[in-house]
Amino acid sequence: MDLSAINPVQLIAFLMVAATPVLLAAIGELVVEKSGVLNLGVEGMMITGAIAGFAATVETGSPTIGFIAAAVAGALLSCLFVVLTQFALANQVASGLALTLFGLGLSALLGQSYVGVKPPATAKIDIPVLTDLPVIGPILFNHDLMVYFGIALVAATWAVLKYSRAGLVLRAVGESHDAAHALGYKVVRIRILAILFGGACAGLGGAYISLIRVPQWTEGMTAGIGWIALALVVFASWKPWRALLGAYLFGGVTVVQLNLQAAGVAIPVEYLAMSPYLITIVVLVILSADKSSAPAALGRAFHASR
Amino acid sequence: MKLNTLLASAAMALGLATGAMADDPTKVGFVYVGPVGDGGWTYEHDQGRKAVEAAFGDKVETVFVESVAEGPDSERVMTQMALEGADLIFTTSFGYMDPTINVAKKFPNVKFEHATGYKRADNVSTYSARFYEGRAVQGTIAGHMTESNVIGYIGSFPIPEVIRGINAAYIHAKKVNPDVEFKIVWAFTWFDPAKEADAAKVLIEQGADVILQHTDSTAPQAAAQAAGNVVTFGQASDMAEYGPFPRVSSIIDNWAPYYVARTKAVMDGTWSSVDTWDGIAPGMVGIGEISDAVPAEVKAEALALKDAIAAGEYFPFTGPLKKQDGSDWLAEGETADDGTLAGMNFFVEGLTGDIPQ
Repeated sequence: MDLSAINPVQLIAFLMVAATPVLLAAIGELVVEKSGVLNLGVEGMMITGAIAGFAATVETGSPTIGFIAAAVAGALLSCLFVVLTQFALANQVASGLALTLFGLGLSALLGQSYVGVKPPATAKIDIPVLTDLPVIGPILFNHDLMVYFGIALVAATWAVLKYSRAGLVLRAVGESHDAAHALGYKVVRIRILAILFGGACAGLGGAYISLIRVPQWTEGMTAGIGWIALALVVFASWKPWRALLGAYLFGGVTVVQLNLQAAGVAIPVEYLAMSPYLITIVVLVILSADKSSAPAALGRAFHASR
Repeated sequence: MKLNTLLASAAMALGLATGAMADDPTKVGFVYVGPVGDGGWTYEHDQGRKAVEAAFGDKVETVFVESVAEGPDSERVMTQMALEGADLIFTTSFGYMDPTINVAKKFPNVKFEHATGYKRADNVSTYSARFYEGRAVQGTIAGHMTESNVIGYIGSFPIPEVIRGINAAYIHAKKVNPDVEFKIVWAFTWFDPAKEADAAKVLIEQGADVILQHTDSTAPQAAAQAAGNVVTFGQASDMAEYGPFPRVSSIIDNWAPYYVARTKAVMDGTWSSVDTWDGIAPGMVGIGEISDAVPAEVKAEALALKDAIAAGEYFPFTGPLKKQDGSDWLAEGETADDGTLAGMNFFVEGLTGDIPQ
């Protein structure tokens, strides 16, 4: 066993990168669910964002355009979900699953000519002095912009949901769409905006995997991260900061267990391998003991005439 | 691809309905553990499927299902294939072993071929490649190329096939570089690019400058490329797009001749349950081109080893070898028998860490 091989500073910096995709997707889905819609298509929107962002970056050479394209692609795919669930009033669970299957297939089709292509590197920020600080520098000031964007998005979502009128309306729609409707709020329009936001976030999360975390395009490369994001929203009891905590815990334990394995720690590997799932769930379940529950109208279809 | 298969079967159904088709084509099914575009393991199996189509044209119809989880779900997929009239089904991952046996019991007239397993039945054959021969060549190159003397190894599952590969690579790396040390990370997945990339990054962070992988995607190659001066090897497929550096060579699985031969056997009615385990000599295991990033004398040594293995003059597991706990395994000049290799569940002396049981 040689724990000295593990560099804790590198570890924390690496953890933030590993957590960002799931965090982005989770925060998007959190807003969607807060509006009373259950979109199980996160995985499909992520993978579509992954290929769209990858393709746009390779074609234009600019990761910024790539991330924008990924957000647009994720939102576009979620339009399909909008049509199915908000206008055709189809079952949300079935529509979400269909969206995932469709996204996986579509991305495989789009990505055929991008297998084995290397994307241009995404720049990390480099602030003189700050980036060079020992310990704090590598942890806080030496990431790509998307890491900060993810954290900022959590803060913004939290502030909007808690303090703004828009957040209040969104939550009202999610708790009781009939009451919100009676008060004159456009339930369907608000939900559509929430779904588009969720799609864009999932797309960004996917692009983060294909452009920064791996970086390459491989069919099916999100490999279940969208589902983890969905679970995270529930275990975080629909609270943005807990989603951040959950994502960092999950990413952190994943990275730590790989590090421990490589360092040859004498803990059976099976326990290490299951630890990210186990620890994240346990911690979030303990935190959710305060009886906060799901939005009351979650998963229920709304039509003004009923 | 799927659309093509769908269209093909639709056209086939139409053809049958109108009586235009004279013979019922032989239907061959493939169950894949990852997507056909993984660039590694499943990609090569799908190349084999395409070779079957190319060899027999409209006398054969192939179907495949990709990204099938190992375990109960694969049983459902195989049953579905058998019910749809498949004559021969290739199940291409170790974890399909028990499901294959279970489904085969229910469909005695359907032939099954299970890759890398060890359970057979009257209608279940097994086939695998002696990847460890390729690992011996890789280990030789890796031992020469490492400057930190730390080689990282990304394992998938602790099954005999993977353990054999680790042992073979280690024995030969150690032979050319006595100071070499292996760091092994078990990913517990065959295909998860993000996790594979993470594993590669962790190993690189902990000092490895050569990464060997036994997972299916090219993600570790991308991670090594991003890190700069890290050497990798293509796994299952050539992964030439990452050459000449970081990817300096590769192990290529070539299933095509076997798939064509077995399909032919079903057509001729000569199929019987066999256990096939071929290596470099018959061409089931190929060594991808060794790039110029490798010094010429190392390349020559690796190729000489490859030729010796192919000619049957050298066997990668030749004594004296001890097990990890220090007990004797093979005496001087003794070679391991296939039974021991097929069920290998121990590390050789010098490797650190335990095999997850």
